Amino acid sequence: MSRIEQRFAELKAEGRSALVTFITAGDPGYDASLAILKGLPAAGADVIELGMPFTDPMADGVSIQLATLRALEAGQTLAKTLQMVREFRVDNQTTPIVLMGYYNPIHRFGVEAFVAQAKEAGVDGLIIVDLPPEHDAELATPAQAAGIDFIRLTTPTTDDVRLPRVLERSSGFVYYVSVAGVTGAGSATSEQVSNAIERLRRHTDLPISVGFGIRTPEQAAAIARLSDGVVVGSALVDKIAQAKSADQAVGDVLELCSALAQGVRTARKA
Amino acid sequence: MTQTNFRAGPDANGLFGAFGGRYVAETLMPLVLDLAREYEAAKADPEFLEQLAYFQRDYIGRPNPLYFAERLTEHCGGAKIFFKREELNHTGAHKVNNCIGQVLLAKRMGKKRLIAETGAGMHGVATATVAARFGLPCVIYMGATDIERQQANVFRMKLLGAEIVPVTSGTGTLKDAMNEALRDWVTNVEDTFYLIGTVAGPHPYPAMVRDFQSIIGKETRAQLQEKEGRLPDSLIACVGGGSNAMGLFHDFLDDSSVQIIGVEAGGHGVETDKHAASLTGGIPGVLHGNRTYLLQDADGQITDAHSISAGLDYPGIGPEHAWLHEVKRVEYVSINDEEALAAFHTTCRLEGIIPALETSHALAEAIKRAPTLPKDHLMVVCLSGRGDKDMQTVMSHMAAQEKQA
Repeated sequence: MSRIEQRFAELKAEGRSALVTFITAGDPGYDASLAILKGLPAAGADVIELGMPFTDPMADGVSIQLATLRALEAGQTLAKTLQMVREFRVDNQTTPIVLMGYYNPIHRFGVEAFVAQAKEAGVDGLIIVDLPPEHDAELATPAQAAGIDFIRLTTPTTDDVRLPRVLERSSGFVYYVSVAGVTGAGSATSEQVSNAIERLRRHTDLPISVGFGIRTPEQAAAIARLSDGVVVGSALVDKIAQAKSADQAVGDVLELCSALAQGVRTARKA
Repeated sequence: MTQTNFRAGPDANGLFGAFGGRYVAETLMPLVLDLAREYEAAKADPEFLEQLAYFQRDYIGRPNPLYFAERLTEHCGGAKIFFKREELNHTGAHKVNNCIGQVLLAKRMGKKRLIAETGAGMHGVATATVAARFGLPCVIYMGATDIERQQANVFRMKLLGAEIVPVTSGTGTLKDAMNEALRDWVTNVEDTFYLIGTVAGPHPYPAMVRDFQSIIGKETRAQLQEKEGRLPDSLIACVGGGSNAMGLFHDFLDDSSVQIIGVEAGGHGVETDKHAASLTGGIPGVLHGNRTYLLQDADGQITDAHSISAGLDYPGIGPEHAWLHEVKRVEYVSINDEEALAAFHTTCRLEGIIPALETSHALAEAIKRAPTLPKDHLMVVCLSGRGDKDMQTVMSHMAAQEKQA
């Protein structure tokens, strides 16, 4: 059983939803970012999405664009991101790590080398924003062959005709992007999310995590009542932007993570 | 060169060899697939084609002339040089050929709002123009750096009723404007039509924009046949994203006697890190919906392009060009800033035509080659745009030179 499968199975037994946290690797610098990464599980993160910075994050809002720039300016590379995962795995064998980002840095690194090194480092899944199922052969197929899950984004525009195609090769969990837009923007109503999950449920047995625009413990709790996972990214990353020092960034991100976890844990699924 | 059919692409997945494709976020996939279906239907609809022909003739002013550049020919003392006068189109460049096609498609699809990215501002002006003509609100994304150096075009767009959004992310140039336009599209999926200005982006854009621009080559063929009774020996066009070049080249790709040359912007020289020559100085990667040659570093991060011409200041190139480069059907060369400026002045003085700085790259290559070729060699240069927008850039460059002297 993969770490992702294991984690969602445990939480299902507990009767609660997962808190999925996103941070950009290397933001605001390697050491502080690693400290955040290592601190997230104790602060209540059940699954960690680690952003691979790219100069041209076309599907991201301002918060994650700025996070990307901070990381790149601090010298983050794909090799360093893999190194962060290796260092995280020294004392954590249970929290799943999903790398999220755009295809070009992986294309440049070389797909074969990337898949091998990601597996060895302890990466559990990939979310590649600009690789739709039409391009499965490039990365999804080799990654899955190596035992790394390929997690798909489904969106309000993914209609019933397209949904089976998107879900066909999905593994790990399904990420439902609750609003059409960039990361951090807007938020869907509980009713919209509930309807969307109902629709997705007709097509898949995978756990469904919901993201985009979830910023507070209250919002996280509301979504946790409806879904198998709640994704929070921009709100955490904003804490880094606002911090006056690296130490403060680490402290503030973990503090918000704890509050979000509290929200998710107290929201028993209906 | 064993392959003879260079005009068949792309395949159903939008691939030209290994280049092209649809590398976009899932939110956009249904839109991109829908656009491909609608474009296929429109292409086969006589009513759509009739409308297109009407606006090409009565609004753009096509066909524009194929002009024998007699004094430049004399000056070079070799090949007979012709200009395909795209700068005489309404709005002053080839860009409007594509905008008319796409706005008719947007209307056909019932879209209520246009968005576009622009570098030099020529595509922005052409988009604002068709938006006004067809009564659609329009938002143009333009890098802050480009707004600074292309003020005249910014004002033209405003006069035409467009909203201009300055883009400060990244380097504030064309690629960042395209990122921002994609962010708008992903947010406004219901009613917005993204009018991409070059032969790049996810399928069907590269093929669709090429098709709308291919009238350049078709007219050139007929006009040269009438003047000289035969095919050209060589074609030269500048390449940023590459839409005027694909427009001129496409009709001739299977005429193996025609030598085809694309000219990239060499900036301060392709041996420096300040250029925009994606084919000469880049490597394949994935950006803005397609796989193509890109300027990037060892970590796959996109690096800044540099060119004196804002319209060529882009770190990528259309995927069909990437493929034509790999199969060696088209030869790609680069011309640096100084060479382009010299050709700009030569063309002003000898032909009484003020070319765009983008176009000046193609002219520089023509001026380089023509003297080495026989007098019966027929060379066609795509005069892709007029240079009015570049007055400020040329003025400051001349002032800087005078200071140095």
